[in-house]
Amino acid sequence: MATVPIKVNVNGAEQSAEIEPRLLLVHFLRENLRLTGTHIGCDTSHCGACTVVLDGKPVKSCTVFAVQADGRSITTVEGLEQDGKLHPLQDGFFQEHGLQCGYCTPGMLMTGYAFLQENNDPTDDEIRHAISGNLCRCTGYVNIVKAYQYAAQKMREGGA
Amino acid sequence: MAPKTSPEIGGMGHSVKRKEDPRFLRGLGNYVDDVTLPGMLYLDIVRSPYAHATIKNIDSSKALAIPGVLAVITGKDLEKYNLHWMPTLMSDTQMVLPVDKVMYQAQEVAAVLATDRYIAADGVEAVEIDYDPLPVVVDPKKALLPDAPVLRTDKEGKKDNHIWHWEWGNRDATDQLFNEAEVTVKEDIYIPRIHVSSIETCGCVAHFDKVRGKLTVWMTTQAPHAIRTVFALVAGHVGLSEEKIQIISPDIGGGFGGKVPVYPGYVIAVAASVLTGKPVKWIEDRMENLQADSFARDYHITAELAGKKDGTLTALRIKTLADHGYTDAAANPSKFPAGLFHVCTGSYDLKAAHVEVDGVYTNKPPGGIAYRCSFRVTEAVHTIERMADVMAHELGMDAAEFRMKNFIKPEQFPYKSALDWEYDSGNYGAALQLAMDRVGYNELRKEQAEKRARGELMGIGISSFTEIVGAGPSKHFDILGIKMFDSAEIRVHPTGKVIARFGTKSQGQGHETTYAQIIAEELGFPVDSVLVEEGDTDTAPYGLGTYASRSTPVAAAACAIACRKIKDKARKIAAYLLEAHEDDLDWEPGKFFVKGSPDRAQTIQQISLAAYTNHPPGMEAGLEAVNYYDPPNLTYPFGSYICVVDIDNGTGEIKIRRFVAVDDCGNIINPMIVEGQIHGGLTMGLGPALYEEIQYDESGNILQGSFMNYLLPTAVETPNWETDKTITPSPHHPLGAKGVGESATVGAPAAIVNAVVDALWHLGVRHIDIPITSAKVWKLLRDAGVRG
Repeated sequence: MATVPIKVNVNGAEQSAEIEPRLLLVHFLRENLRLTGTHIGCDTSHCGACTVVLDGKPVKSCTVFAVQADGRSITTVEGLEQDGKLHPLQDGFFQEHGLQCGYCTPGMLMTGYAFLQENNDPTDDEIRHAISGNLCRCTGYVNIVKAYQYAAQKMREGGA
Repeated sequence: MAPKTSPEIGGMGHSVKRKEDPRFLRGLGNYVDDVTLPGMLYLDIVRSPYAHATIKNIDSSKALAIPGVLAVITGKDLEKYNLHWMPTLMSDTQMVLPVDKVMYQAQEVAAVLATDRYIAADGVEAVEIDYDPLPVVVDPKKALLPDAPVLRTDKEGKKDNHIWHWEWGNRDATDQLFNEAEVTVKEDIYIPRIHVSSIETCGCVAHFDKVRGKLTVWMTTQAPHAIRTVFALVAGHVGLSEEKIQIISPDIGGGFGGKVPVYPGYVIAVAASVLTGKPVKWIEDRMENLQADSFARDYHITAELAGKKDGTLTALRIKTLADHGYTDAAANPSKFPAGLFHVCTGSYDLKAAHVEVDGVYTNKPPGGIAYRCSFRVTEAVHTIERMADVMAHELGMDAAEFRMKNFIKPEQFPYKSALDWEYDSGNYGAALQLAMDRVGYNELRKEQAEKRARGELMGIGISSFTEIVGAGPSKHFDILGIKMFDSAEIRVHPTGKVIARFGTKSQGQGHETTYAQIIAEELGFPVDSVLVEEGDTDTAPYGLGTYASRSTPVAAAACAIACRKIKDKARKIAAYLLEAHEDDLDWEPGKFFVKGSPDRAQTIQQISLAAYTNHPPGMEAGLEAVNYYDPPNLTYPFGSYICVVDIDNGTGEIKIRRFVAVDDCGNIINPMIVEGQIHGGLTMGLGPALYEEIQYDESGNILQGSFMNYLLPTAVETPNWETDKTITPSPHHPLGAKGVGESATVGAPAAIVNAVVDALWHLGVRHIDIPITSAKVWKLLRDAGVRG
């Protein structure tokens, strides 16, 4: 099948590739770039395990073609940690026991990464609606909400 | 209970942060689909659009013409090696790939092997199959009618769709108590087919190394050792020998019972790798996972409860049809085809009970696995907790008072139930009282009365469940003959660091942390100096795996016993080093010291070094131990849940206002993890109670085949769970622990249903089958003449 060239900035690094137009962004990230932190959990954009941030907005990378990311910037879970320091959300999930099997966690983190940049003082209800496109089968969400609040407070204190 | 160890050591009772989290938080977990090997091929599966049909022809030519498609594997290919059928864990038989007939929609029909995931999917599209549809049997009741088509024509002489009949208890004593009863209640309760839907689906990477003759399979399995033995038994005749089979269960994205069975995809991937000598990856998509992997529940129950007018319960009688799909591929202990369903007398002191279950074949996917529960205990708890509530309401008694009256009392433990289980310990009244105090029960009842007078619908539901976990004692529990022990192997290194390996496999439960805490508790090594490994059959000791909440009752007990063996040897080494008699030594976490002289001490780290450098003459070097733990009894965690709902008169929408969960799982290893398990379990109780169900139309078409309509609870529907605990240690477990991972899934649905029925009882509603959708409630309200 014919291929097309794309250039994408992933976690701050420019990536060039020749890909099939039908290649899904999630497969491009996982298989071409070996960034396997982004997971696949459903075929219908419901579970959110594949959430990445594309030009500042969370998207479900199983429902985006890699060619649609051409010329744009992507942040994945691998891009959250900066200079060996966990992002406040990663720390929040650790402190508040916001993860169990870890499979939905990258998607939950990326949704929150985008959400908290828009709203760093959310109510619990706002958080619950923000993550309503990310399914978790292990935690019952209570501690994920707490993890978001933990991160929001750190970000307010740190001005992040 | 205050922890015995310091926070630096981090033994039992400390909320130690999880050791597995750093890799998951960085996206550096290693799940099956993350495994990539050089030259790896991809397998994708062609599935049947029909629920029952003869396969007339499979034409692979167009698929094989696609560049990159290497093979199309059919049942006839596997038949050459006698690999087209395999045994199920219940000693029934299941097709790997069919030769002539499909038995359910989405059944595997052929497999395409290709160089790339996308090309394999192209190949699947291009395989042309000619079917001749057959009459479909969907309803298990109709499946037993004399004119029903016989589904299992592969079984010689099989003349009906009945699989087995199983019964337990004293029929005559039960019938007599019913004849004498002052009051009886009876309900038909359907517990529908549901699916665990772990967010990670199933899959594997099979790699047969032709040079070494060794098969390595990375796979999503909760029971790697059992799988290894099954592979050796199934494929021994084609040269796979158990010492040359390595199963690696890497990080698992949720299991809940769905990753216990052997699915055809695994076997086909292994066969493809053995034939090609190349690594083969097979990963399900969500629709395959939902439509073809093992279901749970699907019990059609008729339950009757007998008692006296003063509210004393006397007897329970249950008849059940179990819809198993086209083969019995449940994952139950061999002796118990209906699992532990006969724990259905629950938390109540009954004089007699009798339970009957009949297994039935239909044109649906096989299964009968647990959904985050211990072998049908949810079905049991749901039945008794519903029936207790119906009886209380029928008698006009308060549901809490009724339960308090009928509970097995603390002084009756160990308690032999009417169906022969020996409950180890319990204090049911204390748990219910705590839940009532936490929720403000009496005030809520007053509020309910006021609201009812105003025509507003509010309900309060209780579920006082008894769990049964930790399968199990070798006398009664085996799977395919293998006794259900579990194991721990602990090695202490000279520098005072520890590696510990287990026969279980975490799927999110946090074993890397909690097992380390047990070692910290028993031996005083700080949690940070203990590495826990599971899931690699080449290195871990044999065990039956993690499901049915058995890791804490069985493998954690093995861990404690292995630690105590090490401690015995450590004491001898310490005595030698301190030039004292070992009876003159005392222990505090992390060191032995001479009684009365705390300065004369040897730390566990000093002892570790001495075990390799300066051990007593005549003693073997080293400091390690193995234990295979055969539990003397099961454990019986319990709890009381109270749910408060408000129902919209106009729409039938149910709003869970409060949900208080009091759990008692005995002694607690890590309170943070226990609470997390309860949160998750409650949410997996909420799903089936209100949203989740898999249905089929008359042609056997699945109606909830993707997340478009199989509804998992999101954060919006899920309430802010309120948890609390009582602690009643298990008297027979070395740590007094019981297990907790599934309690909430087992106990929660009945609390929710009881709350909804409580809100509607005065309108004539006696029972509602789960899931209780708004539409069901809306119809009941309209039928009762309620107007929004």
